[in-house]
Amino acid sequence: MANGTISKPENRLGIVGWFYAGSFSFERYAYILHRITGLGILLYFLLHIFGSSARISGQSSWESLMHFLGKPIFVAGEYLVFIAFCFHAMNGIRLILGELGFSIGKPGRPVYPYRISLNRQRPLLVVFMIIAVIFILLGGYDFFIAGH
Amino acid sequence: MREPTLWILHILAGIIILIFLGIHMGIMHLDTILTSLGVGYKNPLSWSSVLIRNKALFFTITYILLLGAALYHGFYGLRNILFELSLGKSAQKAVNWLLFFVGLFLFIYGGYAAIAAYVI
Repeated sequence: MANGTISKPENRLGIVGWFYAGSFSFERYAYILHRITGLGILLYFLLHIFGSSARISGQSSWESLMHFLGKPIFVAGEYLVFIAFCFHAMNGIRLILGELGFSIGKPGRPVYPYRISLNRQRPLLVVFMIIAVIFILLGGYDFFIAGH
Repeated sequence: MREPTLWILHILAGIIILIFLGIHMGIMHLDTILTSLGVGYKNPLSWSSVLIRNKALFFTITYILLLGAALYHGFYGLRNILFELSLGKSAQKAVNWLLFFVGLFLFIYGGYAAIAAYVI
């Protein structure tokens, strides 16, 4: 492996393989959604850097930008970003816990009935998705009901 | 940098984003719920609220920290996705340098805005 480059086998399925490459588990769909939400948040974030920098140009340019971005289409788009953030953050915590070994379990002899790490990881995913949905609903209340 | 180092930095950046973007999202998008609990303030996008955050050193520092962490985390994630598409070595190097310079430019631009908002 040369510095900064990676050798990998040829990816014949390409992006199509994100969506279907055999029998996918619930976790695999979370993985695809993690990528899609990540790309969406990144796109928004790059625009957000320029948008939020309008505050150094003074009150009038800030307020004209906020007036423009207050249109329903932008509010709905912003809520989509909020949903993406809730999912990406909660799934990200789960991934970090897995990375650090918390949801893997201790290694043991394969004695029947077999215990697999999915027995721990699936409930963890369900719990984090429930938390994400709670935040998404709270955000929806704030975006569309309480805020208007 | 070696790949495992880049990966660890990606995770650390994710934790920083989780904390500070969590605060940012709470202030910006859960304002009515938080103010009913006695935390935060209403109308976070009003000019008076923006001025309060502009002049608070906590926000200036954490905005710059969040900017750097988010640019790294986002561009590293994008790099992972692009590298999966069987890019050749020269294309991988081009992606590395492109993301590095675009990220550096955006960090300087956004960092300048955060500092200028505090100083002006």
